[in-house]
Amino acid sequence: MLAKRLIACLDVRDGSVVKGVNFQGLRNAGDPAELAARYNEEGIDELTVLDVTATLEGRRALLDTIRRVSQQLFIPLCVGGGIRSMDDARAVIDAGADKVSLNSAALAQPALITALARTYGSQAVIVAIDAKRAHGTFEVFGRSGTTKDAREAVAWACEAADRGAGEILLTSIDRDGTRSGFDCELTAAVSQAVQIPVIASGGAGTPDHFVDVFSEGRADAALAASIFHFSEHAVTDLKQFLSARGIPMRLDW
Amino acid sequence: MSIALVDYGAGNLTSVVKAFKAVGADVSVISAVEGLDGARAIVVPGVGHFAATTSLGPEWRTGIQSAIGRGVPLFGICLGLQWLFEGSAEAPDAPGLGLMPGRCFRLEGEVKVPHVGWNGLALAARPSRLFDGIPTDSSAYFTHSYAAPVVADTIATTTHAVPFSSAVERGLVFGVQFHPEKSGRTGLRLLTNFLRVVQGAA
Repeated sequence: MLAKRLIACLDVRDGSVVKGVNFQGLRNAGDPAELAARYNEEGIDELTVLDVTATLEGRRALLDTIRRVSQQLFIPLCVGGGIRSMDDARAVIDAGADKVSLNSAALAQPALITALARTYGSQAVIVAIDAKRAHGTFEVFGRSGTTKDAREAVAWACEAADRGAGEILLTSIDRDGTRSGFDCELTAAVSQAVQIPVIASGGAGTPDHFVDVFSEGRADAALAASIFHFSEHAVTDLKQFLSARGIPMRLDW
Repeated sequence: MSIALVDYGAGNLTSVVKAFKAVGADVSVISAVEGLDGARAIVVPGVGHFAATTSLGPEWRTGIQSAIGRGVPLFGICLGLQWLFEGSAEAPDAPGLGLMPGRCFRLEGEVKVPHVGWNGLALAARPSRLFDGIPTDSSAYFTHSYAAPVVADTIATTTHAVPFSSAVERGLVFGVQFHPEKSGRTGLRLLTNFLRVVQGAA
């Protein structure tokens, strides 16, 4: 049976892992390569490196960080942040990324999704959607949550899938960094609307939150950062907790 | 020893090269059929659409077939496994190598497609050189929408709505639908096992 995936996110700025609350107030959480190695040992299913400030500051994802992270890692690695062109994507893929995550660039130029899928395959193209509740709907935001887009999250996810995205990384801006639980309603709405896997993100605080997002939220994978960063064996413990509650998990690693 | 990794434009090979090197293999990426000359083994990787395999035209097919005849092991990964079969519903006009009977089909049912993530490998009862030391129900990382049928040479089966061949093995011909280069320790063990086959075949 296909396991639900746990994905650790390394929000990287200037070569260090940082973590913010509601996309603001970043603090240092360590060296990305060291954290990646630790998570791998603990049984994480996948890693995502996000250059959190790349779009705002006009920088590409830190290629050197990607090389260091991917060197001893034999699980899928996704990289996002500041990928705006085929050349940007090629650079991070050549540095060792298996998948690229597009957010602002996909909103600005949706044709890039298709171009990347044609070159690297859909499995290599993740469209990241940052969504916020407003007026009974889920509004889409670009540029690290700073710019409201005209699109609605469920419709945009469907369009992204049609254009060739292989997965959707769905972040609740309302829940990001709050540790108050995933937005299961948002996740289920998107997951039921698209055929491709949906990765839920934003709000992980307790093991029960993961049970909720995998069952009620119908997520195929869940991504978190701080819940893994600040305690040893957090990944292993969480996997065993979820498995005991009937969530299919990969337990051999 | 040099293992020829065939680059026919179906996806990026960085991870595959890295994983083979990690288990001690000497790999060279080849994009011309002459690269098969003197190769100790041939690896056909690849992700994406089955139509991409049409880049492996008659000269490749002849070259690979004759290498197998000389006792050179062949290993197909993901799209490379599907290419070992007769063809695929994904690109009906593109012929496979036809070493395995049957055609690849689209995964369908009450599941999400593509099949992305870690799934279990139900190993066949007979001994396998590729899976030596790997227990049944080990997990591997998959990402694909089409799959190969279960045949006599299927050595591992995985189920995503329907059962399919997650690995085949016949003599010196091997193929896996999952990505050993992304399947953690299980994947590295499998690549190590393949290296042992290559060493034994020389």
